[in-house]
Amino acid sequence: MVALSTDPIDVASALSYLQSEQAGALDLFLGVVRDNTQDRPVDRLDYEAYDRMAVSEIQKIVDEAHRRWAVLRCVVIHRTGTLRIGEIAVLIGVATAHRADAFDACRYIIDTIKQTVPIWKKEIFTDGEVWVNAHP
Amino acid sequence: MNSTISVLLFGIARDLTGQSTVSITLDNDASVGDLLGQLHQRYPSLTGIRSLLVAVNGEYAEPEQRLSHNDEIAIIPPVSGG
Repeated sequence: MVALSTDPIDVASALSYLQSEQAGALDLFLGVVRDNTQDRPVDRLDYEAYDRMAVSEIQKIVDEAHRRWAVLRCVVIHRTGTLRIGEIAVLIGVATAHRADAFDACRYIIDTIKQTVPIWKKEIFTDGEVWVNAHP
Repeated sequence: MNSTISVLLFGIARDLTGQSTVSITLDNDASVGDLLGQLHQRYPSLTGIRSLLVAVNGEYAEPEQRLSHNDEIAIIPPVSGG
């Protein structure tokens, strides 16, 4: 399951989606808004997505994870809009029979999302703002 | 023959141009590279961005790919999801 959401991510329902009798390992990664970047205090983050392409690029990553590992179920939910400190920006959930595949697939998915999916975050500081990764 | 295509802008590209959609007039056989050239000419501030990719109909496109006026075209600045 792949989705973008303007509402807070419901971790409990993602977890229940992953559960099955064949799944011996459920790996859940939550990316959370931190209160600083390189010691500069962050007030909030604004996330923006090219929705249709973000969903299709995430789906490609999930499909590749299914090819590489014995994934039973997978869920990816990414927030858009304004997020405050402590809010969950992204949830990756992977269910497999054994833990090694779940850890590896989960890490692959979050690492690749950061490289290819058209989602952008702007860090808003108390004294300015910056689009992350935008400048050389 | 020219055709006018509409281009979606996101993130820093939208902030720097002040627009989420721009119309660009291109030759009929224009490529992704031609489009980027026109955009940079019209909005010189875009050259300050680390990299700009182009998506055509929701897929990343190579510079030599030809554009058609009914394509959905988007400018993709460096991504920063997660």
